[in-house]
Amino acid sequence: MKKLLTAAVLSAALATPVLADTTKVGFIYIGPVGDFGWTAGHDRARQELQDHFGDAVETNIVENVDYGADAERVMTQMALSGTDVIFAASFGYGPDVNAVAGRFPNVHFQHATGYIQEHDNISLYDARFYEGRAVLGHIAGKMTETNTIGYIASYPIPAVISGINSAYLHAKAVNPDVNFRIIWTYSWFDPALEADAAETLIEQGADVIMQHTDSTAAVRVAEDAGVMAFGQASDMVEFGPTAHLSAIVDRWAPYYISRIQAVKDGTWEAQNSWMGFADGVIEMAPWNDRIPAELQQEADALIAAIAAGEYHPFTGPLNRQDGTPWLADGEVAEDGDLASMNFYVEGITQELPN
Amino acid sequence: MILGSINPAVLMAALMVAATPILLAAIGELVVEKAGVLNLGVEGMMIMGACVGFIIAVNTGSPFIGFIGAALGGIALSLLFALLTQALMTNQVASGLALTLFGLGLTALLGQQYVGITPPRTPKLDLGPLSDIPFLGRALFTHDIVVYLTIALVGAVWWFLKYSRAGMILRAVGENHDAAHALGYHVKRVRVLAIMFGGACAGLGGAYLSLIRVPQWTEGMTVGAGWIALALVVFASWRPWRAMAGAYLFGGIVVLQLNLQAAGVRIPVEYLSMSPYLITILVLVIISSGKGRGLNAPGSLNKPFHASS
Repeated sequence: MKKLLTAAVLSAALATPVLADTTKVGFIYIGPVGDFGWTAGHDRARQELQDHFGDAVETNIVENVDYGADAERVMTQMALSGTDVIFAASFGYGPDVNAVAGRFPNVHFQHATGYIQEHDNISLYDARFYEGRAVLGHIAGKMTETNTIGYIASYPIPAVISGINSAYLHAKAVNPDVNFRIIWTYSWFDPALEADAAETLIEQGADVIMQHTDSTAAVRVAEDAGVMAFGQASDMVEFGPTAHLSAIVDRWAPYYISRIQAVKDGTWEAQNSWMGFADGVIEMAPWNDRIPAELQQEADALIAAIAAGEYHPFTGPLNRQDGTPWLADGEVAEDGDLASMNFYVEGITQELPN
Repeated sequence: MILGSINPAVLMAALMVAATPILLAAIGELVVEKAGVLNLGVEGMMIMGACVGFIIAVNTGSPFIGFIGAALGGIALSLLFALLTQALMTNQVASGLALTLFGLGLTALLGQQYVGITPPRTPKLDLGPLSDIPFLGRALFTHDIVVYLTIALVGAVWWFLKYSRAGMILRAVGENHDAAHALGYHVKRVRVLAIMFGGACAGLGGAYLSLIRVPQWTEGMTVGAGWIALALVVFASWRPWRAMAGAYLFGGIVVLQLNLQAAGVRIPVEYLSMSPYLITILVLVIISSGKGRGLNAPGSLNKPFHASS
């Protein structure tokens, strides 16, 4: 009897029509989708992707996947269960993506903010966060009264370092006395630690808090302490209606939709895309009313200039922290230099951990 | 001098706040382990307390009731562990790990409606003239009541284990459950009560994070605090005051490295952050090398008990 039942179930399973045009898409996230920051940004895009294609795509997510063996196991599982496209939405998945991609040449891998591309079924994509950081720096430089900006940073990787440099240069441009205090948390998501870091920075005189970590804790602390803050990756205004000046909001949806369309059309190929204001992949959360109208206009103009390609946030003359020249007058940073940036620009007093 | 921007009194104050959640969870787990049970689900019970405490505090408007709810939430989850390990005789390590995974998942579901909400504020205790004492006032006497109650709890647990009759029975159960059973003590009853106490403490520790320290609900917000609490119990070699010293050391290292960084002092942050874990690994190595007796590990720790055996 039991055997018969099993056979019936099996044949029923086999008989289920497989929709040939359903594309199966897997997402692995470093944090929870409820972080209201980085991972939430990717999951917003996943939902838009689902809405856009309807039944023609099937999306799956796995949250809180650690780098290394965990990520490899999850992606292998996805690939074995017939997933067509895998989005690995964090920098540190690089080695894992490359290891799994080598074993599953028919699966398309999309790795966010990565730099390792050993197989032709891996595409890399990233956003030019330094463009947004330039705008935040400009606003922070004008808004600070203590001339001290606190910066909560995650890991000393090029994307974070170029963000600090961009913010510093643009704050310095409008406020020569500005001073940055930077704390590295060595974590993308740790609300308690980020709250402690924000408190420490405020205690040491910072009145604007910037973060390159994913939780909303710092905005919350800034609100309580009566200072200003910028959100990260998502609009975090509800966590600090007074403190929250703006945020760089990630919009991955147009890119995700275009990539899945390419898979459906059979035109997908390995790429390395680095997108900014011009592509609509980053945008600014609505300005807080406490930012003076004049400053809002300046910020809007800065965004427009960057999007139009008229202005590059890293335009010479610029020196490295140790005083050696980096960019000559009028020279613009190469993408390769930015993608591998491992030094602070001149003027930042703290030393970069290695 | 660049260190001038660090205020030692503020550092001390921040250290006490940073240490409180892990100390609460650790003191609960210490009692559980003293009764011979290894519950690795501290992280799950903490996040349960963080979530349930937050939900109740928001709905009632009272952080006090929130903390009670957090303790009850922690107990509810610990009873599941007690059912599995004491009644159904499952493996304690596996059950504890499962409890953590279950707690993280369940709270992600329960807390969905509560992201982005501000909890009612827990008032700081007004200690009048005490908080005006230079240095000490800012460092020691400007906290919320939970910080002080936690210290009192450490003292109470110390007294309970060392001097009370019930505490001695609990230790007997943990050291040699067969002997305790032969003497007529209810091994399982004692263990279930200890597990419930551990759950309540972990729940309170979690609520301290979501109601006071951060204060907001975010999925997965404990990020390993429960594991640190577990390490702390071993680090303290199952002694309450050492657990407190350990928690302040852990908290102190976290706060100190943040302050040193902000002040621009060049320090190898990675090494400082990993030092408490290194010490814990060292202690674990010494214990497993058979010198555990000197370190005070309960004799029946992690051994299942059934009256028939």
